[in-house]
Amino acid sequence: MSYVTKSPWVIHYDGSSCNGCDIEVLACLTPMYDVERFGIINTGNPKHADIFLVTGSVNEQNIPVIKQIYEQMPRPKVVVAIGICATSGGIFKECYNIMGGVDTVIPVDVYVPGCAARPEAIIDGVVKGLGVLAEKRAKLPAEIAEEKRQASEDAFGAGAAAETSAPETSGPETSGPETSGKEED
Amino acid sequence: MTVMEFESILKIAVPVAAYILFAPLLGGLLAGIDRKITARMQGRFGPPVLQPFYDVLKLLEKEAITVNSSQDFFVGCSLLFMIVTGCLFFAGLSLLLFIFALTTASMFLVAAAYSSNSPYAQIGAERELLQMMAYEPMVLIAAISLYIVKDMTFNIGDMVSSGVPAVILLPGVFLGFLYILTIKFRKSPFDLSMSHHAHQELVKGLTTEFSGKTLAMLEVAHWYENVFLLGFVFLFFANGTLAMAVVGVVVCLLAYFLEVFIDNVNARMKWQFALNSAWIVALTFGAANMLIVYYRLFGGGV
Repeated sequence: MSYVTKSPWVIHYDGSSCNGCDIEVLACLTPMYDVERFGIINTGNPKHADIFLVTGSVNEQNIPVIKQIYEQMPRPKVVVAIGICATSGGIFKECYNIMGGVDTVIPVDVYVPGCAARPEAIIDGVVKGLGVLAEKRAKLPAEIAEEKRQASEDAFGAGAAAETSAPETSGPETSGPETSGKEED
Repeated sequence: MTVMEFESILKIAVPVAAYILFAPLLGGLLAGIDRKITARMQGRFGPPVLQPFYDVLKLLEKEAITVNSSQDFFVGCSLLFMIVTGCLFFAGLSLLLFIFALTTASMFLVAAAYSSNSPYAQIGAERELLQMMAYEPMVLIAAISLYIVKDMTFNIGDMVSSGVPAVILLPGVFLGFLYILTIKFRKSPFDLSMSHHAHQELVKGLTTEFSGKTLAMLEVAHWYENVFLLGFVFLFFANGTLAMAVVGVVVCLLAYFLEVFIDNVNARMKWQFALNSAWIVALTFGAANMLIVYYRLFGGGV
């Protein structure tokens, strides 16, 4: 039995949006909707989070931010794109600085359209995300074992202190998982 | 081995085993009740009472990400010493040793936070040290006062089984201890180094760089800690009779409820306030009360 569905902790990030969806996300935490009923806690820390709620479209400047938050979250993790802007770019789609929806940067598991997405829809999306989370949880041990095998093959001969969570950092120099996000910008 | 020896070993082994097994269950349950009461105070329905257990079991399922190899060792040691501290307490051994073991457990936690180079964790660690500075004097005063009123013994087993309930002679020390209990339980206004709630400027302070199993260990350590801290409250009431034991347990629960209430009606204060107020309370309530019982014993000739 997977406990990950009983205690999903969320982190929310607001891309280039009008802030409407972000306020609706916070409305879910208020006594009116009270998502803590389902064990959902709003954490400010990607390392504690299971579900990444992104509102707003992605522009050039927040690509590294979104990537870094995503990479710092320990697996199993789920991304929920909230609002039409996060889903496809919305009315900002044609802007010169907009990449489009969140899925242009990181893999998205659940799309919650709406402008702004209603709290009921957001909760529904998160609950859908829980199903994906349980699936990912089931696959995780095999995934990690495969990565360890890969890493030990790559670092053949060198002292294999294989703590690497991100495969791309397994070079001769040891660098923490956080730095991998910064290297890309 | 004689029967006497066997009995004396059993007298220590049984409470220690019971503590190791049941303290996390009780601590987790208390945490769940805390969250439920907090939710009701805020006009929300709140999570299930077993939610803290779900959280920890969830954390155990997560991928292990550690910043460096020493971090898990330090957090593990913190958990270990937290358990040792509780065992010392419930086995009825020395109160002084109990305090030193508790400090060691806290120091390992600070070391774990410092070992990551995260600025959030480091500020959290600094604040944790300040909090320790704030509560330590009162804890020591409580220990020495109990030593004076309980016929010059630091042995917890002797303390709980004889004499008048300490709270009658030490009301000031008891109030002072309740004050620093807010710091130890990590409740507002003194949840400076790490908050149970998300909204704080330090991200998650002390625990920012811990995730998965490491965070689970920390949470369980906190449950162990809460149980023996309530045990310390119980120490003020116990005198070996059943009636006072019942009163002690009721007061422990009331104290816990009081801390939840204080948590919900206060905003977080700055560390200066925590340090100043804790020392002022320790001096006015704690030290004054200690001097009075000391004078009563050695000065006036009772």
